[in-house]
Amino acid sequence: MYATPRIEVRDLSMAYGDFIVQRGLDFTVNKGDIFVVMGGNGCGKTTLMRALVGLQRPVAGSVLYSGEDFWNAAEEEQQRLKRRLGILFQGGALWSSLTLAENVALPIAEYTGLPPARVDEIVAFKLALVGLAGCEDLYPAELSGGMKKRAGLARAMALDPDILVIDEPSSGLDPLTARRLDELIMELRDSLGTTFVVVTHELASILTIGNNSIYLDSDSHTMIATGHPQDALKNGHPKVRHFLTRGGTT
Amino acid sequence: MRGAAAWQLDLRPGDADSSGTLFISLGGRWRIDQGLPAPETLNDSLDASVRRVRFEAEQLADWDSGLLSFVAGIGRSCTERGIAIDDSGLPPGARRLLAMAAAVPEQRLAGRPVGPQDPFAQVGEATLEFFRGAPQMLAFLGEVVMSLLRLISGRARFRTRDLWLEIEEVGPRALPIVSVISFLVGLILAYLGADQLMLVGAQIFIADLVAIGMVREVGALMTGIIIAGRTGAAFAAQLGTMQVNEEIDAYNVLGISAIDFLVLPRILALMLMVPLLTLYSGFIGMLAGLLVSVTIFDIGVFEYYTETLRALEFKQFAVGLSKGTVYGAMIAFAGCLRGMQCGRSAEAVGHAATSAVVTAILLITIAASIMTIVYYQLGI
Repeated sequence: MYATPRIEVRDLSMAYGDFIVQRGLDFTVNKGDIFVVMGGNGCGKTTLMRALVGLQRPVAGSVLYSGEDFWNAAEEEQQRLKRRLGILFQGGALWSSLTLAENVALPIAEYTGLPPARVDEIVAFKLALVGLAGCEDLYPAELSGGMKKRAGLARAMALDPDILVIDEPSSGLDPLTARRLDELIMELRDSLGTTFVVVTHELASILTIGNNSIYLDSDSHTMIATGHPQDALKNGHPKVRHFLTRGGTT
Repeated sequence: MRGAAAWQLDLRPGDADSSGTLFISLGGRWRIDQGLPAPETLNDSLDASVRRVRFEAEQLADWDSGLLSFVAGIGRSCTERGIAIDDSGLPPGARRLLAMAAAVPEQRLAGRPVGPQDPFAQVGEATLEFFRGAPQMLAFLGEVVMSLLRLISGRARFRTRDLWLEIEEVGPRALPIVSVISFLVGLILAYLGADQLMLVGAQIFIADLVAIGMVREVGALMTGIIIAGRTGAAFAAQLGTMQVNEEIDAYNVLGISAIDFLVLPRILALMLMVPLLTLYSGFIGMLAGLLVSVTIFDIGVFEYYTETLRALEFKQFAVGLSKGTVYGAMIAFAGCLRGMQCGRSAEAVGHAATSAVVTAILLITIAASIMTIVYYQLGI
């Protein structure tokens, strides 16, 4: 018997004014998947992410979380569904007026009602998990790009969400840090059963961590491939193979 | 001979039997710091008799993108006229770069639409834009009111530290500039009044004029305009930068109301501090009036003091404080509105800050007019 998929996207279209970014997107993300959204620059990956997490209303289609339609749900229902999501934005999007510890603590304090001492322990643990132990009192402006990204991940997983949506996890990270992040993602999937949607064009990440994917094409404004990235590499659409081999195939 | 320091360009039509080939030979230094020719200068030579262009570069000493853009420009002219190009005479590096630049065709992306250039059309566009903004403004007002109601019912959440930080920023730190402006405005009021009151020998009423003027109207107005420029713009820039950094999105995604968390403390801070600054401004204005009256117009300190006390009734303070509170709310509203509407670029943040000040001053002026008329009708 199949469990209800974590995320189902049905015939989703997104647009800015009259300009259609992507249309007819159709895919399913199951529990424990690391689902990779691939595509070249400007193909609409981030726009898709914004439609998934409730920041930008799509012009058509639906996004279902465990069978519940997000965009047709009432406000409170949407809030409840969003609470099961964690998002890591491209630039980290840390709250600049708060320290790292406060950044991670805010969602926990907001939703769990735990006493401050317990919150602090959780915060310290999350920061240690992303390799930022001891940086609790730094402000985001004092961090390097890679540290911001890792701190953003610590905040995204503050509430142990079912689904973590990550926009460009490894862009701007050195290869070793990027690999550590990939390992962390896989470990979280294995240990906590977290489902990941990862928007990326980092080939090493795509092929290492992804077990399902779609490829968004910027010419036809729709998805031209779906499935395991390794399969896509071996016998996928020529454009996808071209992408996954950095233009090595023609 | 100008030496190898400058570029040389020679056009040589081929022989009659060489099927209309134009030889373009390039010599010397073709670098962008050498003052290069425009490719269009060759347009006259590319007439109907030319069917093929061939570049020659035996005399070429040195080149950079100056040469490349010149050759590419000629290439475009030739393509338009259906003339074949033979660049095999160019250095291999230059040919490879030219081929690379030509490899990806020009892209037509949905860029910013070009607006109408006719001034009347621009005025029309701007007017339409203003009215299109009205629903957004009302929606934001609605959210702010909802947030205030949540605050009253004890369900709005923000950090009190933020409120205190804003209060410090708006209050004590604004004192110097408010002092200077209020003192000078009080001075101007005193002189203005003295000029007229001297005619009827009633200089003592300078005290009434300055006291009522400053406490009731001018103190609030001056404070409002100073705070709009100082704090309203800062609010827009802060929230705008947060918008650029996706910080506001991060609040929304977590289901934490950015209005409660960011806008509410700012509005409260201004609603608390602008009336206090208004009082302070009135006091400083009266001091300036006193100074002018005593030193220039020979009015006694005690005389001025008692006349001021006589003139000031509680209702004058009530009017001034109510105006200060309303202006404070307007400034914070305008600043936060423009900040939250900010686009995702550095330019947009600057625009948000400017727009916040303009909106705040507009709102203040409208509110001032309405309140003055209403208070007059009510006889306050």
